[in-house]
Amino acid sequence: MRRGKRHGGPGGDGLLRASPFLLPSLIGLMIFSLLPLLISVGISLTDWNGLDSIGAAGFFQEHFVGLDNYKSILTGREFWQVLKNTGTYIVLYIPGMLVMSLTVAFLLSRERRGVMVFRVIYYLPVLTSWVAASLIWTTMLSPQYGAVNNILSLFGIKGPGWLLDPKWAMPAIVLVSIWKDMGFFGLILLSGMVDINKSYYEAASLDGAGAWTKFLRITLPLMTPAIFYVLIVSLINAFQLFPQIMIMTDGGPYGATQVMVERIYKYGFRYFRMGYAAAFSWILFVIIMTCTAIQMKAQKRWVHYDS
Amino acid sequence: MILKKRLSTTGYYVVSAAIAVVSMIPFLWMISTSLKTQGAVMTVPIQWIPEEPTLQAYVDVFTTFSFARTVANSLFIAVTYTGVTLLSSSMAAFAFTKIHFRGNDLLLKVYLATMMIPTQVTMIPLFVVMNRLGLINSYSSVIMPSLFRPFAVFMLVQQMRTIPQDFLDAARIDGANTFQVFRKVALPMCKPTLATLMVTTFMESWNDYLWPLLMLTDRSKMTLPIALATLTGQYNPQYALLMAGSLISMIPIIIIYIMAQRSFQYGMMAGGIKG
Repeated sequence: MRRGKRHGGPGGDGLLRASPFLLPSLIGLMIFSLLPLLISVGISLTDWNGLDSIGAAGFFQEHFVGLDNYKSILTGREFWQVLKNTGTYIVLYIPGMLVMSLTVAFLLSRERRGVMVFRVIYYLPVLTSWVAASLIWTTMLSPQYGAVNNILSLFGIKGPGWLLDPKWAMPAIVLVSIWKDMGFFGLILLSGMVDINKSYYEAASLDGAGAWTKFLRITLPLMTPAIFYVLIVSLINAFQLFPQIMIMTDGGPYGATQVMVERIYKYGFRYFRMGYAAAFSWILFVIIMTCTAIQMKAQKRWVHYDS
Repeated sequence: MILKKRLSTTGYYVVSAAIAVVSMIPFLWMISTSLKTQGAVMTVPIQWIPEEPTLQAYVDVFTTFSFARTVANSLFIAVTYTGVTLLSSSMAAFAFTKIHFRGNDLLLKVYLATMMIPTQVTMIPLFVVMNRLGLINSYSSVIMPSLFRPFAVFMLVQQMRTIPQDFLDAARIDGANTFQVFRKVALPMCKPTLATLMVTTFMESWNDYLWPLLMLTDRSKMTLPIALATLTGQYNPQYALLMAGSLISMIPIIIIYIMAQRSFQYGMMAGGIKG
């Protein structure tokens, strides 16, 4: 960052001028990030039920349980089941979403008549709230009266019970999530696609490369930074799966769609086990950080930055 | 050659249209269901075009619960939330990029690093804080988080860095104070980013589920998504009603999106990747 010292001088005067501008954001930073972060560590070490006054004298002596919450989460069966459910989601969602959003990006990058119309249509699901989208899809996926199974039956396929079937509930959530997200990630990938220098394609054409070769050898490698960004964001989102679960399945059937945030919410605000929920949220945080760190490390192997 | 070109044109439109149909079907379904009677919802084979279309669900949605109030709540919250976000974030971005003070870079880094903290970690303690402050079931509980929007600050910092210092100096020489420089010079030059942020922030606030779910339990304070979600929990869900409500909930977003289409896409591209 280049900045001349002449503007505002070093130290006192600058801070004085800056503080009114910074104040609202810093208050926000304290209240909504740093302070809760500290409190969260504290709560996770207690068996607080969310009702007793937390600031009361002797609160910590009375409720302190050390690392018990973490231990009981990690040794319980439920956590691993939740992790497995999330894993199922990730394994199905990420490749599906990537293929669809790459397709969307590719289609939108062509200069064809009507491309603006497609652009708006593909973006409609992104604009819809998760609540509305989940409500619509819940009715669409109704085994008997829903649109999906009725359309499938036109092709002679008998559709499954979707949200009511433990085997199909998570795949159904995945399908809906892909439908909802492909426009968003498609548009991000599109921006990576249009940034590619046209001269590469011209050179490749001169060498007699076909459209498919150009896509594989030029477009895809030069889009890797955009793909990398999409992977990072979508994996973080995948661990934070929440509204669609709450509305479409509420974790069911038989716990098949129980996921991290749904568990944290239920433990905290339905079963009033705040300490347990707080510990759960820290485990989630560590998992997300680890996955992101691994991706950051691995990017050197496959992400090409065009210099 | 011409044949090949024609084939690829056909292929292009077939694939594009197929994805468009998949994108659109749920919305057509929503419209169709919202026009049905409760009986028609439960018939096989399904009626894509209702045999006896009725607007009853749209009447019911406004009479069964205070839907108008809910829409007003959502509008008020989303507009205020967006306004505060744009103001506080652009002010912070201005201070971070255009005013020199000790610790500037470090503070910015800390601020942006908090983007990595998932909301779930802060959700429970924040509930405690809000409860302590007596803010549960108040509009401010859902509006106040707009003070803290690292992503918006990040986008605006990127944009403000491109403003040449000479512009600001010129304004200073003309006698403008720091606030005037911010208002008259810096802000107008951030218009594309501000437009993008306006759309995305409004959308986020309007569609938000988790935080209002925790904060607003009083029916008269609820936002649209929360009120809609509570309707599903009922014993016998009224599908036509739910679909009518969902449709209405989408209208403001679609209007804003279409209005801001141009600058929105520009901003997405400028900000998207570098994130």
